[in-house]
Amino acid sequence: MNNPALDVRGLCMDFGGLRALNQVELEVRQGEIVALIGPNGAGKTTFFNCITGIYTPTQGEIFALPDGKNRVKINGRKPNHVTELGMARTFQNIRLFPSMTVLENVMIGRHCRNRSSILGSVLRDRHTRAQEAEVVARSYEMLELVGLERWANELATNLPYGAQRRLEIARAMATEPFLLLLDEPAAGMNPQETLRLEELIDHIRDTYHIAVLLIEHDMKMVMSVSDRIYVMDYGQRIAEGTPEEVSKNPDVIKAYLGEDAHD
Amino acid sequence: MQQIIRALLVSLWFMFLTFPILVIKVDTINDIIVWRWMNALYIGAGVLLLQALWHAWKHVHALRKEDRDRDAVAWAVLVCLPVLWLAWIATRNTDKPLHVADKVFMILVAPLWLVDFLRSPQDRQPDWHDWPCMILFPPSLLVRAYLGLFRARGEAVSIPGVEHPNLLQTMLENQKAMRPLYLLLLVLAVCYPQMVEFYQTNIMVNFMIWIVLGLGLNIVIGLAGLLDLGFVAFYAVGAYAYALLNHHFGLSFWYVLPIGMVFGAVCGLLLGYPVLRLRGDYLAIVTLGFGEIIRLVLENWSSFTHGPSGISNIDRPPFVTDLSIMQATEYMYYIMLGLLLMTIFVVTRLKNSRIGRAWLALKEDEIACQAMGIDKTKTKLTAFALGATWAGLVGVVFAAKTTFINPMSFTLMESIIILSIVVVGGMGSIPGVITGALVLILVPEWLRGVEEYRMLAFGAFMVMVMVFRPQGLVSARRKVYQYDKAKAVNAHE
Repeated sequence: MNNPALDVRGLCMDFGGLRALNQVELEVRQGEIVALIGPNGAGKTTFFNCITGIYTPTQGEIFALPDGKNRVKINGRKPNHVTELGMARTFQNIRLFPSMTVLENVMIGRHCRNRSSILGSVLRDRHTRAQEAEVVARSYEMLELVGLERWANELATNLPYGAQRRLEIARAMATEPFLLLLDEPAAGMNPQETLRLEELIDHIRDTYHIAVLLIEHDMKMVMSVSDRIYVMDYGQRIAEGTPEEVSKNPDVIKAYLGEDAHD
Repeated sequence: MQQIIRALLVSLWFMFLTFPILVIKVDTINDIIVWRWMNALYIGAGVLLLQALWHAWKHVHALRKEDRDRDAVAWAVLVCLPVLWLAWIATRNTDKPLHVADKVFMILVAPLWLVDFLRSPQDRQPDWHDWPCMILFPPSLLVRAYLGLFRARGEAVSIPGVEHPNLLQTMLENQKAMRPLYLLLLVLAVCYPQMVEFYQTNIMVNFMIWIVLGLGLNIVIGLAGLLDLGFVAFYAVGAYAYALLNHHFGLSFWYVLPIGMVFGAVCGLLLGYPVLRLRGDYLAIVTLGFGEIIRLVLENWSSFTHGPSGISNIDRPPFVTDLSIMQATEYMYYIMLGLLLMTIFVVTRLKNSRIGRAWLALKEDEIACQAMGIDKTKTKLTAFALGATWAGLVGVVFAAKTTFINPMSFTLMESIIILSIVVVGGMGSIPGVITGALVLILVPEWLRGVEEYRMLAFGAFMVMVMVFRPQGLVSARRKVYQYDKAKAVNAHE
């Protein structure tokens, strides 16, 4: 069994009197594809926002293990620190930088892996130029990974919907993560696009050996792509296991289809 | 007659020069070459118009005083309107065919108008071609305006996010084609004080000060998207830094120049720190307050700042020998030209650097930007500091140029003018800021001849910009990165 990459223990998140997450436990191992599913409003995106530093959880502990050994507690860290640590995310409703080019969007992802200073940018010395060239090369590589290289100099807003989703993945990949967090990557895609996305996720895991945690509603995709599945409802984890186990779990069927499904 | 032939030759020459970039268009999708002959015609007509303007200007100067007053209105109509029309032609979408009204105007009215102005001032008797021109010209412009306002909107279906190229934009983007033009501009800029009167040189120094202010604010608003309405405060800080240091300690211009920049940057940080959490309207209000605080401090802390009466007898920049006022102005001009070039250089580099991209990302989407590993705090603070640096710098220049400063030079109105320069010119675009300053600072100066109508035209122009080109005269373009994989691999090995 692989070493863990993300370890979440007893995570609670309150919004005023509303408990959006209640004692959620979750573990992602290195190089594993894990899906987080549940009905709308189950708290999946809140969970994402907690572990990426956008919200500070009320209770519980979140540990990131970039190398699989050292545990780094990330509760209450700023989003940019979490990303720097190696956890990159995409968004449910696409949040690209619309008036920047496709390539520049990906180059933003390289920001935290690059240390060229303001003075260096002005003087453009050898070191800065080398770094810029590296940024362009790596960003281009990421565009090739998701198949968007021919649109490199287009504005991001001019891309078709499915391509924008893939660009978000490329941008997240540019930050060199050990864990990729995808929030509904297949939303709004047609079956062919979903299939290609599935291949892409598999390809990313195999090539870069990184773990993937994804929220998804497309059950066909979830069942075929993930190694393990966590199911949430009303802010609580109600099931965990392999796709087969989860699909047979009575609690899961109840959450999705309602109480009287068996009658 | 000789003048007309000369003008035509010049126009032909320009048509020839711009032929490769404007007439030939390679359609890479269909693999064909498109010949856009109309563009050559526009250039020809445009150059003719410009020459006509030049003659018109000389012509008005040659008139006697009483004639000049009488001619002011006619001048305003005959000069300003074609200029506006020309500006419209330059900024319109080149994909759309020219409207028939414009063609009629170009063929019928423009030549008559030209002839009217090419006449020497001595024989200014009403002539046969005067009347058709005066009769045809205003109605044709009215028709043009009508079509532009009510009809063109239906034609130009603008898809959001898709930029329509225009003549000016196309020219500015084609960097290679622009190089000789830049060189020409530089030579012109260097020779300028030798060619014109001392008064014009002074106006130019002012103009350049406003460009640098615009470029500074452009970092804060155009790149980082932080609406700052108190930008003039940093300008005041620079100016007072020099005035006070010079007054009390006799420090010279060259020492205070970097000090002014540092003061500007520090004040930028001081303002930036408390407003880190604010965005949009709230930020605008706080920065507005900051600008007013600085002005009120300058006005009321009399023991330190000399209050509303200001500080006078500030030293001009020292030179090896003593300079007369005229020479000093020329000297100031060259200093300012150097500083302007430096600013443009630095700001261009910043714009396309790591930090510049971070600013843009921050403007576009704050949450996504943070989620991609950009430190919001640091990025915002650098934007405030690096924007304010330029204001501090030109503040020093301003104090040295006028040798007298008081708080009245740093009111909210100045902040708004800087903001207008950035917004009218085109947010985030450096040529845009220069165009904005040209339109908002230089043109009103030149139009002092028709003082009464100046503000009217100015206001009308601002409204027109907001209606027709809300993104500014020159919209920001992103850098195109060429990446050759084979080459990169070779370099790596």
